[in-house]
Amino acid sequence: MSSDVMFGVAHFLRRIGGAVTGSISRLGFASRFLVAIVWHSPQAFRRIHLTIREIYFAGVLSLVIILMSGLFVGMVLSLQGYETLKRYGADEQLGILVALSLVRELGPVMAGLLFASRAGSAITAEIGLMKTTEQLAAMEMMAVDPLARVIAPRFWGGVVSLPLLAALFSAFGIFGGYLVGVRLIGIDDGAFWGQMKAGVDFWPDVTNGIIKSLVFGVAVSLIAVFEGYDAKPTAEGVSTATTRTVVMSSLAILALDFVMTVFMFRGGAQ
Amino acid sequence: MPAAVPAEFHTALTDTCRLDPDAAAIELADVSFAYDRRPVLRGITMTVPRGKIVAIMGGSGCGKTTILRLIGGQLKPKSGKVLVAGQSVPDLEPDALYALRRRFGMLFQFGALFTDMSVFENIAFPLREHTELPEELIRDLVLMKLQAVGLRGAAQFMPAELSGGMARRVALARAIALDPMLVMYDEPFAGLDPISLGVVGQIIRQLNDALGTTSVVVTHDVYESLKIVDYLYFVSEGKIVAEGTPDAVRASKDPFVRQFVDGEADGPVPFHYPARAYSKELFANVQ
Repeated sequence: MSSDVMFGVAHFLRRIGGAVTGSISRLGFASRFLVAIVWHSPQAFRRIHLTIREIYFAGVLSLVIILMSGLFVGMVLSLQGYETLKRYGADEQLGILVALSLVRELGPVMAGLLFASRAGSAITAEIGLMKTTEQLAAMEMMAVDPLARVIAPRFWGGVVSLPLLAALFSAFGIFGGYLVGVRLIGIDDGAFWGQMKAGVDFWPDVTNGIIKSLVFGVAVSLIAVFEGYDAKPTAEGVSTATTRTVVMSSLAILALDFVMTVFMFRGGAQ
Repeated sequence: MPAAVPAEFHTALTDTCRLDPDAAAIELADVSFAYDRRPVLRGITMTVPRGKIVAIMGGSGCGKTTILRLIGGQLKPKSGKVLVAGQSVPDLEPDALYALRRRFGMLFQFGALFTDMSVFENIAFPLREHTELPEELIRDLVLMKLQAVGLRGAAQFMPAELSGGMARRVALARAIALDPMLVMYDEPFAGLDPISLGVVGQIIRQLNDALGTTSVVVTHDVYESLKIVDYLYFVSEGKIVAEGTPDAVRASKDPFVRQFVDGEADGPVPFHYPARAYSKELFANVQ
């Protein structure tokens, strides 16, 4: 084997090794970062208005996209569900189909994905720009810890906001399903709500949805603040960090959703 | 003169970080530092006496800002001592380091104002974070600091509405909000028009004398510095290559000082970055 080929193979292996160790190292840094956030949280909670402000920016300002998406997803779900259920003469089961799909899966997952795109990317860009313009360094030099003043409030703002947004997504989705199923297609009003009431349980359906959205909230918020804090202090660095937030958050949501679904709804035993 | 925060605030901090009132404000002894394997500082030794303005001058990338970061405890030296008021900064525990930083003011190169806060809120920030002063007193203190830099009328502006010179002055007002014992200026003259440049220089001198602080100015603006500072250190390639009072610098025959003061393109600091011989590079592919 020629030395060029050997060199190429060695270079390829080195790159793979570098990528793997780099990822593990970042994962370790992110874990330590999470511990540091939790450690600084009591300090952040002493100025609760900072966290409330972040709930407003991450949560309240995401309402339009969440509610509109929820409405349309519910409407589409109702149309598609009706088409399928009608084949088996079970079109009156539409209410339960819409509600379970939204509460168990689509509410937390879709709200998480939308939250990562709208609020997560904004959090990363804001923190990254604060780093680039030396605002974080200035804070440190003023003996104010950025972890307590900037990072922890944004993290908790996201963790609180996402479950609430997911609940609203599901509520508007069900309303959208009602509009199409009952008002447009003409399914019986009582059957739609009655089937839903009988088929959807608070435990485990609703609670599992809440648990999912809470876990997604932690994952997305951690990724958003970590990528911002770890961004290279350049325009390109902030742009890369923002993209990474959306990509990593989306993958994390989908992977965590699968893992949690395996544990929560094993083989339809519920 | 800007109003003072209560004396108990400073006494408590001095006790926390055990400052020596008789020691020099800053002492660097044989300090070396490297980013990864790239050496930045090599055996820097300097003293900044209390109440004086000392400039650290040198070309871009010579390690000037790194010296400020070592003094502020943002970086730790590879070897050597960094003492602030007799306290070894690299050895301080986080609490003591933060207590020490409360006695610092720092002006960053581009101001580093918090963009989501107004000018007033920016200056009130350190006061609100570190004191329990009533809102009326904070308001008065902020207005007095703004008066000192001539921007009381811009109190309600947002940072985006300020010119470069105004932003620098607001950042200066924020740096002195807690009446620090030491103010560090990172390139305070960079990118300013001649009028703003003169104004900022004058304010640095006046504030230093009025507040009795010590100032360290990192800059490459030789003419403005010579007007306001008490002593200068010249840094090149991580080493101190010359030092002296402004008069001594003006009269100096040292080749490096002359190149720097006269702004010559080539000299002890070469025009060309080290590279292979030009002819070899050009004819590298010629058989």
